[in-house]
Amino acid sequence: MDDLLTARSQMAMSLAFHILFAAAGIAMPLMMVIAEWRWLRTRDESYLTLTKKWSKGTAILFAVGAVSGTVLSFELGLLWPGFMKWSGAIIGLPFSLEGFAFFTEAIFLGIYLYGWERVSVRMHLFSGVIVALSGAASAVFVVIANAWMNTPTGFQLVNGQPVNIDPIAAMMNPAAFGQTVHMLLAAYAAVGFAVAGIHAFLLLRNNHSGFHRHALEIALLVGGSAAFLQPFSGDLIGQVVAQYQPTKLAALEGQFKTEKGAPLRIGGLPNEATQSTPYALEIPYGLSLLAFHDPQATVKGLEEFPRAQWPPVAIVHIAFQIMVGAGTVMMLVAIWAAWVKWRTGTLINSRRFLWAVLLSAPLGFIGIEAGWTVTEVGRQPWIIYGVVKTAAAVTPMPELQIPFLVFTLLYIFLAIIVVWLIARQVKETDKGTAEKVV
Amino acid sequence: MISLTFYVLMGGADYGGGVWDLLAWGPRKKAQRELIAKAIGPIWEANHVWLILVIVILFTAFPPAFAAISTALHIPLVLLLIGIVLRGSAFIFRSYDKKTDAVQSGWGLIFSIASLMTPVLLGITVGALSSGAIQFKDDLLLSGFVNSWFALFPFAVGFFALTLFAFLAAVYLTVETKDIELQNDFRWRAFLAGAFAGLMALIVYLLSENGAPVIRHDLSASWWTWPLQIATATVALYAMIALWQRRFRLARFCAALQVTLILWGWGNAQFPYLVVADFTIYNSAAPPVALRLIFIALTLGALLLFPSFYYLYRVFKSHKS
Ligand code: HDD
Ligand code: HEM
Ligand code: HEM
Repeated sequence: MDDLLTARSQMAMSLAFHILFAAAGIAMPLMMVIAEWRWLRTRDESYLTLTKKWSKGTAILFAVGAVSGTVLSFELGLLWPGFMKWSGAIIGLPFSLEGFAFFTEAIFLGIYLYGWERVSVRMHLFSGVIVALSGAASAVFVVIANAWMNTPTGFQLVNGQPVNIDPIAAMMNPAAFGQTVHMLLAAYAAVGFAVAGIHAFLLLRNNHSGFHRHALEIALLVGGSAAFLQPFSGDLIGQVVAQYQPTKLAALEGQFKTEKGAPLRIGGLPNEATQSTPYALEIPYGLSLLAFHDPQATVKGLEEFPRAQWPPVAIVHIAFQIMVGAGTVMMLVAIWAAWVKWRTGTLINSRRFLWAVLLSAPLGFIGIEAGWTVTEVGRQPWIIYGVVKTAAAVTPMPELQIPFLVFTLLYIFLAIIVVWLIARQVKETDKGTAEKVV
Repeated sequence: MISLTFYVLMGGADYGGGVWDLLAWGPRKKAQRELIAKAIGPIWEANHVWLILVIVILFTAFPPAFAAISTALHIPLVLLLIGIVLRGSAFIFRSYDKKTDAVQSGWGLIFSIASLMTPVLLGITVGALSSGAIQFKDDLLLSGFVNSWFALFPFAVGFFALTLFAFLAAVYLTVETKDIELQNDFRWRAFLAGAFAGLMALIVYLLSENGAPVIRHDLSASWWTWPLQIATATVALYAMIALWQRRFRLARFCAALQVTLILWGWGNAQFPYLVVADFTIYNSAAPPVALRLIFIALTLGALLLFPSFYYLYRVFKSHKS
């Protein structure tokens, strides 16, 4: 592997790892708070147990999220000094605001987790709300920074250097709104479905306690609503991509030729050598309709651009299919859940439904990883779309393979421990749901 | 001027990062362990964010310096990161894993080793920045990826940082408990660490002659050097006396003040350099708009944060039930 590729792999690996925990950090607090609020309303002890169980899980996930996030903020400089030098002044602002969001999140999470006996009930719930809000805020800020890499604004280019910079305008870049909404929804959907899956599993093993029923309801409420909205927000950013990042759109869709009334390709395997995407199911006019809301619109193909500006087409296209596939299934499950609840008043009587929830548990996280692959790989060869090439930003440091290897091993180790700890928590819950948990 | 304010703020943040780290100095016995765990549990995340804030401010306000630092000091920074990752995760895993002794001491070991490593690396990084050994020509790193930090002076600063952190931690912990035995344990540790810190300070000073000539020169040339040295020494002495008299709160205050003074002393000596001698706050500063905005963000953030922090500490540090 050359050093550029290693640096890219290390960045990708660290981000792919961090995002799992970040998503948990965004969505778990919301679910915790809902459970605690239900407890205050109904005084049903099983809600309290649930709150405490979930907050234990959150504490573990949050800590790993924090350390892996710290690694990331160093890595931006360690791996991409050229990028940081170029853009630090422009997008430092959202990163600093994110820093403050972390502060509030960490402070109030401390109070939430350790303060059961020390603060009033109201203050406790309030701390939870703050944690949930600041978790969402930190995601918003960091995704704004990422959106800027996709649709850079807020500066003028003179001799390849940015001048007249305007950090506020940079934060208001065209992709920012769509991407932040899409990411937040993704976090709620993914975590909601994953948690619902765990509880569905325990319900299927005949543990019909109120505990799991409540858990399933809250998780599906959060996950399902988000999953239902997700394709709409996906459509929203799809249009921004179509307008500002034509090479990415073409790669997403495996569109090599410029075409009027372009079809939507489902599946298929883009081949850069023959410049075609065989084996796809084509829906006539679909792409022009979706991307530009006009069946006759012209979609630029990759042929319009020099070969050196193509992203790796096959990876981007396949990742996009995976994300959209996951999104479609999750939306259907969400609709099914709403229907079951409305018809029967409870979610736990249909085994078939519980199985569906169990099987769709990993889909959200798969969607997140695939979606980020689309965004990041689809942006190649640019680190800042249309302005700075990734290759120009990489560190001159040699032997990057070593840190890459070390961090990979470290992360694998962390992942194993986390899974093991959470599994143990779940098992304990399974055994002692009725018992009081401290 | 704005940049200067940043500098001070960063100093403060650094110091907070320090407080965080040192709390972890993990001595042996079980009760001591529990005390430490109890003391850090609720607040380590929040303290940890200081470090992140330093990084973020650095790359927003002084992008070229950030790029230079992270290129030249790639290796110690990567090691530092590994230390941070292991330390944070081992700590939390220990709290949520089985309570059997074997498991606990396994995590405890990782936790303490990482806690030892991290401050040393932090010190090495700082030392290297001050040493003047990092040299760029245009964008090319002349001094190589190893030479600038693999030297006597940075390592001395590293161990100085470690002893200093250890001293602080021990002093703080005396306040955290009502148990006389435990208090005594930590009191003696504080004396020991304090003595070592003094020794290391002397060594660092002696080494700076060759190890960090630019800074050393600045130090001896400016009028504030001696008053500051004397103030620091006085406060250090006070901390020791207070410890001796078992006035732990006073000791805590003095120790914190002492470290702050040392930090500011360093900051002042380093001023206006970020990386001696090529990068100063003037030639690395981001354009004024960016600085202004980040300054506003910091001010507003601080308004929001300080009450929250105060509340956090009040909730967990006031009454020991
Ligand atoms: C739960 C996960 C999930 C699900 C179900 C979906 N997405 Fe997504 N998608 C993401 C999770 C995600 C993401 C990981 O969060 C991304 C990466 C960057 C971003 O902001 O969101 C993303 C990016 C992303 C992009 C690229 C944006 C860019 O590069 O700027 C497009 C065009 C879509 N999505 C479109 C869709 C559509 C049409 C969906 C319909 C079903 C869909 N997504 C479902
Ligand atoms: C909002 C935060 C993010 C920022 C600021 C960010 C920034 C970066 C940077 C600087 C690079 C290296 C340069 C480049 O290859 O263009 C990169 C690459 C990459 N990132 Fe992101 N990223 C973010 C989120 C994510 C997430 C959450 C993932 C999750 C999987 C991800 C996946 C990748 C991948 C796969 C690459 C390698 C692309 C390639 O080189 O082919 N990114 N990102
Ligand atoms: C889309 C991508 C990202 C999202 C949605 C995201 C979101 C979050 C969230 C919600 C947290 C809170 C901690 C937790 O819940 O575990 C967190 C932690 C953190 N993230 Fe990310 N993040 C992303 C990418 C990045 C990138 C690219 C960086 C690097 C600059 C970064 C730096 C950090 C840091 C330093 C922390 C630790 C904060 C603490 O100690 O509390 N994140 N992230």
